[in-house]
Amino acid sequence: MAEEEKNGKVVEELNDVTVMFAGDSGDGMQLTGTQFSDTTAYLGNDLITLPDYPSEIRAPLGTLYGVSGFQLHFGSSNVFTPGDNPDVLVAMNPAALKVNVKNLKRQGIIICNSDAFDAKNLKLAKYEVNPLEDDSLSEFKVFPVPINSLVVSALKDCGLKPKDVARSKNFFALGLMYWLFNEPLEPTLEWVKQKFIKKEDIICGNEKALKSGYYYGENTQLFASRYKVAKAKLPKGTYKSISGNEATAIGLIAASKLSGLQLFLGSYPITPATDILHHLSKYKNFGVKTLQAEDEIAGITSAIGASFGGSLAITTTSGPGLALKTEATGLALMLELPLVIVNVQRGGPSTGLPTKTEQSDLLQAMYGRSGESPVAVVAATSPSDCFYMAIEASRLALKYMVPVILLTDGYIANGAEPWRIPHVNELEKIEVTQRTNPENFHPYDRDDNLARPWAVPGTPGLEHRIGGLEKDNISGAVSHDPENHDAMVRIRAQKIQNMQNIIPDLVVDGDQEGEVLVLGWGGTMGSIIEAVNDARKKGMKVSRAQLKYINPFPKNLGEVLSKFEKVIVPENNMGQLAKILRDQFLVPVIQFNKMRGLPLKTFEITEKIAEVLGGKND
Amino acid sequence: MTDKIDVTELKAKDFQSDQDVRWCPGCGDYSVLAQVQKVFPKLGVKKEDFVWIAGIGCSSRFPYYMDTYGMHGIHGRAPAIATGLKVAHPELSVWVSTGDGDLMSIGGNHFIHACRKNIDIKIILFNNQIYGLTKGQYSPTSEKGKVTKSSPFGSIDYPFNPTSLALGSEATFVARTLDRDTKHLQEMLRRAGEHKGTAFLEVYQNCVIFNDGAYTDYTDKETKPDTIVVLEQGEPLLFGKNFDKGIKIEGFNPVVVDLNDGVHSIDDLLVHDENDESPVRAFIYSHMTDHPNLPTPIGVFRQIRRQTYDEAVVEQIDAVTAKKGEGDLESLLFSGNTWEVE
Repeated sequence: MAEEEKNGKVVEELNDVTVMFAGDSGDGMQLTGTQFSDTTAYLGNDLITLPDYPSEIRAPLGTLYGVSGFQLHFGSSNVFTPGDNPDVLVAMNPAALKVNVKNLKRQGIIICNSDAFDAKNLKLAKYEVNPLEDDSLSEFKVFPVPINSLVVSALKDCGLKPKDVARSKNFFALGLMYWLFNEPLEPTLEWVKQKFIKKEDIICGNEKALKSGYYYGENTQLFASRYKVAKAKLPKGTYKSISGNEATAIGLIAASKLSGLQLFLGSYPITPATDILHHLSKYKNFGVKTLQAEDEIAGITSAIGASFGGSLAITTTSGPGLALKTEATGLALMLELPLVIVNVQRGGPSTGLPTKTEQSDLLQAMYGRSGESPVAVVAATSPSDCFYMAIEASRLALKYMVPVILLTDGYIANGAEPWRIPHVNELEKIEVTQRTNPENFHPYDRDDNLARPWAVPGTPGLEHRIGGLEKDNISGAVSHDPENHDAMVRIRAQKIQNMQNIIPDLVVDGDQEGEVLVLGWGGTMGSIIEAVNDARKKGMKVSRAQLKYINPFPKNLGEVLSKFEKVIVPENNMGQLAKILRDQFLVPVIQFNKMRGLPLKTFEITEKIAEVLGGKND
Repeated sequence: MTDKIDVTELKAKDFQSDQDVRWCPGCGDYSVLAQVQKVFPKLGVKKEDFVWIAGIGCSSRFPYYMDTYGMHGIHGRAPAIATGLKVAHPELSVWVSTGDGDLMSIGGNHFIHACRKNIDIKIILFNNQIYGLTKGQYSPTSEKGKVTKSSPFGSIDYPFNPTSLALGSEATFVARTLDRDTKHLQEMLRRAGEHKGTAFLEVYQNCVIFNDGAYTDYTDKETKPDTIVVLEQGEPLLFGKNFDKGIKIEGFNPVVVDLNDGVHSIDDLLVHDENDESPVRAFIYSHMTDHPNLPTPIGVFRQIRRQTYDEAVVEQIDAVTAKKGEGDLESLLFSGNTWEVE
């Protein structure tokens, strides 16, 4: 579909587009990408973002390892992934081009800052010949734009220092992209005004850079056409763009309100989980108490203290931090106190890939403690799902008096998507009982779920001692009795199993039985949905399900597995869920594993489905 | 801690739990337990507001023997657990029982940060200069050269001086006492209990099995007058059987002077001021410890008032709430850039 504009340029309508903004880590690419996403979401497109940046804060300029990228996939129908391969690449320097051009679709658009393609930058990017001057980019549509010099002349009256002028070039690129995709400048102009109140020169610089980028697209002959993506048909409601970490933080505040408990967070900064601490620290007027602890261990042990004191207690971390919290997690489960441990998974082991995503802490979450030490493990499937799973993790912890590990990952934590905001009255209350009656009180007494009573210091008549030593069931006295220990180990395991009574059954999308089921968990949901949709479009018969509850599994999982001849388990790890499934159900699942620090690529999963089906395309 | 209320009916035995006390016969821990049970009724705190938090070690079994709320945690982490509890629930009187291995070694980081934050918890260090529960290895407070099972040729480690460490970490209350001096021990426990902020009390505690007699010079009636100087507010530092010896400052250092030498008088002596804003005086006391030519001080080295961490948490919440109004979940959810889909 295309129409002609007054200036003779053509507007083409597209179903969906993937854009990659790339530049130096100090070039403001994350900000540019976020602004573009927010405006796009505001226009009613569905979208998913993937910030992809190095772990250095300001890596040396122009280097390949210093490239920071922000990928965004938006469309007029449901969008579930940040896109396998970009259609458009905005490259602010040769290094950004070199790192990202290999992913670009054929006939894709490259907009590059040609001023940055000088001898020094070309050398840093290890280009022997300027790629804009040979035919190495002939399979793409290349638009070299001298952004540096255009920005200098556009901003000459703003009174900015040369350094600040140079810093505005990302807004030129953003303005050009707004023109190219027929998007308004107003939301970003409004944001600039709010962000830089009283800094008139900065506002002037950003406005002029943005507008001159837009008019550059409109007025030069370089671009013959531009594009438009129609609004997506999303369910009615009020929306906002939300990242996984923000959703987790707000979900925890919601859990605090729904349970009527004070929220306490003990946390030590660690990438990519720190934003949860940042967000929660802002909401003091919700009574939220955040404690930036001296280390990961103090993060969790202070939360254990707060939980003993009757708060909804949280600790947040990423893989290496979870390892440091191992012993204290064992203490919490021995104390039988409620605790939510949020692990935003990143590439491991050790320091690994701090800013990249992976699902490789599943086995650590399941088994990484001394002794027989089951805890509940749940996972979020998308940025906005973090909100609901943070509430769910809190509900399980409070109802069963156990630690619950919520697994998210770097991709859904930093990625964002439009979220239909729920009203508070749509959220289920969390029932909590704190014991006050001293009559017949026994610290390790059991309710129907096997949970023990929560008796908070300050309550008269309920003075009691808890601790990491094995306790006599019911009385809670220290006990080394062999039969009691055997019973207590089983009780602690059974408590977790009892959660099956309240967690939802696994829902299968597609036929409820058949040849192939694609079964994922957590943050791979988007990739799997798109892969299965593509496979179906190609005529393949395939069903799909995504696990959010891993310990315990949903009650019907065994039955679901038995209904399919083959089960493909795609994971961003070496097959950790596959191991657990084989262990618990003795099923020969088929693994599909990648460890690139990036979300799984849709087309690769589709290929795997085709391979397993033996190339059967009905 | 709550304001003083009428709790006069409380007695020491109200704080005795139903658990058999399982320390070795003759252990100094018994004395600390007995004095705590005597002092607690006098602190004006409701029984249900006391909490004991411990890590791992002989002294960390303490909470089981007190009929208060208590938690026997994991090795070294008691100050961090206590911090979380106190921040979450500032009305409570939170006490930590800990040993020299628990607090000075595996828990060193939590200790210094609790002091730095001035969180309102009481840390009672049972310092016996040995690992007891693991059966006799040298600890971070053992003297250099100590022969133990893990140092058969003598330890080569220099020890920590716990009071110096506490002062260096900005603790607002630093004191020392002896397990055998029950009156002094009671007094120091009361003072720690009444302090607002991190209170650090080091108790020289005898381990009868693995380090018996470590403090005999300080506790024995014969030697004590010459080896111990008792710090008393506003009083000059006097010691000796007839209180005829004193501590004078020469340059930056304390020296012993004889008041019978015809040269020195009581006016030459260092006068104790526990409320001195400068920590220098308290550091002088801490460095007199185990000195070959100086008596070891007991008493309150330093007590100053600073806003506590838990007070500041509440103050910030109140200030932000006064400015922004009490948080409303519905408006939080719908805040930011939103748009409607029809």
